[in-house]
Amino acid sequence: MSATDFVYVRKELEQPLPPPASQHGPVHWIRTNLFASPLDSVLTIFGLLVIAYFLPPILSWVFINAQWTGSDRSVCATVAQGGVQPDGWAGACWAFVWAKFGQFMFNNYPLAERWRVILCGAMLVALIVPFLIPRAPYKALNAILLFGVLPIVGYFLFIGGTFGLRYVPTREWGGFMVTIILSYVGIVVSLPMGVLLALGRKSELPVIKMLSVIFIEMVRGVPLITVLFMATKMLPLFMPNSMKPDDFLCVLIGVSIFASAYMAEVIRGGLQAMPKGQYEGADSLGLNYWQKMRLIILPQALKLVIPGIVNTFIGLFKDTSLVYIVNMFDLLGAVRRNFSDPTWISPQTPMTGLVFAGFVFWIFCFGMSRYSIYMENRLDRGHKR
Amino acid sequence: MKHIATGIISAAILSIAATAASAATLDDVKARGTLKCGVNTGLAGFAAPNDKGEYSGFDVDYCRAVAAAIFNDPNKVEYTPTSAKDRFELLANGSIDLLARNSTWTLSRDSSLKFNFTGINYYDGQGFMINAKKIPGVNSALQLSGAAVCVQTGTTTELNLADYFKANNLQYNPVVFEKLEEVNAAYDSGRCDVYTTDQSGLYAIRLSLTAPDDHVVLPEIISKEPLGPLVRQGDDQWFDIVKWVGFALVDAEELGITQANVEEMKGSANPEIKRMLGGEANSKFGTDLGLSEDWVVNIVKGVGNYGEIFERNIGAGSPLKIARGLNALWTKGGIQYAPPIR
Repeated sequence: MSATDFVYVRKELEQPLPPPASQHGPVHWIRTNLFASPLDSVLTIFGLLVIAYFLPPILSWVFINAQWTGSDRSVCATVAQGGVQPDGWAGACWAFVWAKFGQFMFNNYPLAERWRVILCGAMLVALIVPFLIPRAPYKALNAILLFGVLPIVGYFLFIGGTFGLRYVPTREWGGFMVTIILSYVGIVVSLPMGVLLALGRKSELPVIKMLSVIFIEMVRGVPLITVLFMATKMLPLFMPNSMKPDDFLCVLIGVSIFASAYMAEVIRGGLQAMPKGQYEGADSLGLNYWQKMRLIILPQALKLVIPGIVNTFIGLFKDTSLVYIVNMFDLLGAVRRNFSDPTWISPQTPMTGLVFAGFVFWIFCFGMSRYSIYMENRLDRGHKR
Repeated sequence: MKHIATGIISAAILSIAATAASAATLDDVKARGTLKCGVNTGLAGFAAPNDKGEYSGFDVDYCRAVAAAIFNDPNKVEYTPTSAKDRFELLANGSIDLLARNSTWTLSRDSSLKFNFTGINYYDGQGFMINAKKIPGVNSALQLSGAAVCVQTGTTTELNLADYFKANNLQYNPVVFEKLEEVNAAYDSGRCDVYTTDQSGLYAIRLSLTAPDDHVVLPEIISKEPLGPLVRQGDDQWFDIVKWVGFALVDAEELGITQANVEEMKGSANPEIKRMLGGEANSKFGTDLGLSEDWVVNIVKGVGNYGEIFERNIGAGSPLKIARGLNALWTKGGIQYAPPIR
């Protein structure tokens, strides 16, 4: 048989036909994702209605009707309220946020000295960004600068009184700067402290175990607000004036030990989730206790509980608002404090301020959450269930 | 044994309290270089942060006047924001030298809390504002039976409210909050029918209402609220200084001494003015107080007289536009009256 016996020989494969219109493209996506079943259709339509109902007023309040510039309450109040806007007007008063922005960030920190906070903030950003990027080099140096050098530099910059800088007592600190300082210190202290406490609680040495348990249970058993209040209001009654501890220091310590106790329990969860074989394997290699923990157990345990750790960080970040109890003002406190400025009192002012504060908190918490998911995926070794 | 221990502890606490109270506050203040003044965390017109982040307001200016009298610099004040609940603790434990926080002068605060009110810088009274949309047709507080009343907790306002409704056999639902802006928000959103607080406060609250025209202030004034600064008991010199700073402010207004003309007033032939501004020969009024002879000049130059402070912060020169009313000078139909400086 030769090739010529055939009338037609296909030399190449036929191109496949495109799938029917109902099986690809936007129509398909909509049908499978939004209208796959009657129930889905109902839910989709309901969802769209909810969006259609709520979105336009929100957009018009936040952007369209909002007032961006102005120097007092009149731009944010209707005629009946003593302002210039038409009756029935409602919109965000961003002019208020703009006028008070410095205070939201620094509260009462002296105007002429704010460059010190900005400088330190810039250093924090410059150090933390490469620290968080896994590929960036010099991790050890970066960590030393971020966790060892920066706090010391920050302390001298903020407080002043040395190197020719003006002394700024902690009473004058406030705003977002306090939020960041509190959460930075809380996070940096609580992670190592939490690891030590968790190991202590799992320890076979009875005294260490007991001390850890007592510390964790005591701290977890009392509301943070109570401790802050006791430390700053009751303590001065029993101490001579010269020995009164700084309120802000009390708050820093209180927040740190609280976060540590919670962190310890999160990490203990990770330690308990490790299969016994890992401990025994490490023992059979002849590793001592610290080698075993450092090389085998902790890297795996910590990876397991990243969501819990970040959860604690986020909680800590938001708990900083509790410092209002000791008459310090974090971001939220600084915002609320300005509601009573008669120059800006208007029906829109409080809502605008709170939306602004909420947005700033959200940005940071969302950032932390996304980074933790990124880290989880990066460290994933296929053990996920 | 137990009794002895208790005795020792209470003796120790008492002695600490005693040393704290009898120490000369003026010396402490001078040594520190600043006056520690407790003010409201935020009450429009009385104490609130301005755009620069500095405290300003009617009560704040009292602190500034005291600082001006001591240091000839009204800015040498450290402000401690205080809430209605913790203000007295802070004064009692020595965290502040002076509390100027629209606090009502009452017997129990004077006696059992062991404070001394130095005078009355603002005569206030508690009033009611109602949401006329929610409860139309009400034109007297006696018609408020069953109403939900928004009130700030820890204040005399709360107690007066209870007294008034009890005395008139009326029922009410108190809706209490700790912070003023929470009360405002609750009232504006319609959670209560009635808002009660000092009348000075009602003016500020109207500024923050969505529809101010729907709200009516009822005619009844149910309490006397003489607001004034206060100090700890046991330091008479300090008490005198704070007290006479207040009197000097009122006397300065009465004699027409203002921030603008105080320098030229120093040359006045009027013996009263001369005495007040320390221009009299061998004058000892200021030094007897523990201050300098030109203490009144420093006060008025620093913050103005009582009337100027009033107008600037809560009167016609401010968004609040509160009328002088009872707080006008006694010569002008009010009851602000100060003993003479002589």
